[in-house]
Amino acid sequence: MNYNWNWGIFFQPNPMGTGTYLDMLLSGLVLTLKTAALAWVIALITGSIVGVMRTLPSKGANWFGFAYVEFFRNMPLLVQLFLWFFVLPEILPKAAGLWLKQLPNAPFWTAAIGVGFFMSARVAVQLQAGISSLPRGQRMAATALGLTTVQGYRYVLLPMAFRIILPPLTSEFLNTIKNTAVAITIGLLELTGQARSMQEFSFQVFEAFTAATILYLLVNAVVVTAMRFLERWVAIPGYITGK
Amino acid sequence: MFGNLDFDVIRRALPYLFYEGMTFTLTLTALAALGGLIFGTALALMRLSGFKILGRIAGVYVDFMRSLPLVLVIFWFYFLVPYIGQWVTGASRPISVGAFASSLITFIMFEAAYFSEIMRAGIQSISRGQPAAASALGLTYAQTMRYVVLPQAFRNMLPVLITQTIVLFQDTSLVYVLSITDFLGAASKVAQRDGRLVEMYLFAAIVYFTISCIASYGVRRLQARIAIIR
Repeated sequence: MNYNWNWGIFFQPNPMGTGTYLDMLLSGLVLTLKTAALAWVIALITGSIVGVMRTLPSKGANWFGFAYVEFFRNMPLLVQLFLWFFVLPEILPKAAGLWLKQLPNAPFWTAAIGVGFFMSARVAVQLQAGISSLPRGQRMAATALGLTTVQGYRYVLLPMAFRIILPPLTSEFLNTIKNTAVAITIGLLELTGQARSMQEFSFQVFEAFTAATILYLLVNAVVVTAMRFLERWVAIPGYITGK
Repeated sequence: MFGNLDFDVIRRALPYLFYEGMTFTLTLTALAALGGLIFGTALALMRLSGFKILGRIAGVYVDFMRSLPLVLVIFWFYFLVPYIGQWVTGASRPISVGAFASSLITFIMFEAAYFSEIMRAGIQSISRGQPAAASALGLTYAQTMRYVVLPQAFRNMLPVLITQTIVLFQDTSLVYVLSITDFLGAASKVAQRDGRLVEMYLFAAIVYFTISCIASYGVRRLQARIAIIR
């Protein structure tokens, strides 16, 4: 392979004047994590609401949950980001559109919201599966004790369901981190974006992508380990994973 | 709100969008699904084989691919494939690979990791008695897999495999980062040429949505039918 390897490139100053190339990649990593964190908060909150709606006895709520999930699952994430970024400011009333366009850090907010809503549909499906995997008697017992629907969910169904779906939620969280890379298309300089611009400035393609790959693998390992501790900590006694 | 939209721009771009763009997207989806399924099944068989080392290699490959963002993998292969081509053919310089070949290789390698997990679950869902019966009949390992295990595993997992292919169909839009003219790429080129981002992106969204919706409705029907057979 006639490729000029130069692993020292990471310690050379980058053309942006923000330190070395390594600093550039690390700032990308920080942005990836920030975007993923905000997106995950959105996904978890919205996804939980929609997931609960899909298990409510009300037909209307069911239908809304179904339509919501289908809407966000049947469009590529890239197209959804384009809709949030290019289309939304145009179809809003003029003043609101202008405000959106002039927003500082627009790619960051768009990416977090876009990825967040995209992932919320997946969280909703997982939570619905978790709630319906509970024995029917639990819901009935909650009613028999005189709990209202809200109380039943708050004190009986949700604490169980969330613990059961913790493993699939972990992989959805990892997907959220990976999906932030799509935001490179709307100009967000997250980890993949920084690796790409490092490649364009320095022509050291494989060093840049190797570094990004290693950083993604590290983040993955940290999240998986942390979630395993969390799983053990909240395990339900009596279940296979329980104490 | 929608007053100053020009929907005629879509009508004029239709031939370009579908003949160039959608053909690319659908061909890439079909070939990548086929290649990913074959390679993924091989990975699943490696993982379930008695050879520890083979299983380890397949496991590491699958975990590695699944922890990277697809966009990064697309970039990796885009730059790596010319060098691999040079190494294979013994040429003196990195060979140039077309956009289609490069993205096809990327998606086969990437999707194989996901297909392999599905096929592994499918193979493990076959009861232990079946391969035992097959070897009692004197079938070799290859024959057991070919005639007994894989056909059933494939049928059991068909809904999941198609769902994964729908995901793949949506993911092919990410070749946008290489400025390739797939369906979204074509829409975006027209959008930028005519300054009609809103119309083109809305139309692209509707087309992706319609195709994926019809396909996932088909999967639900299929699932219901398979559920009756069991």
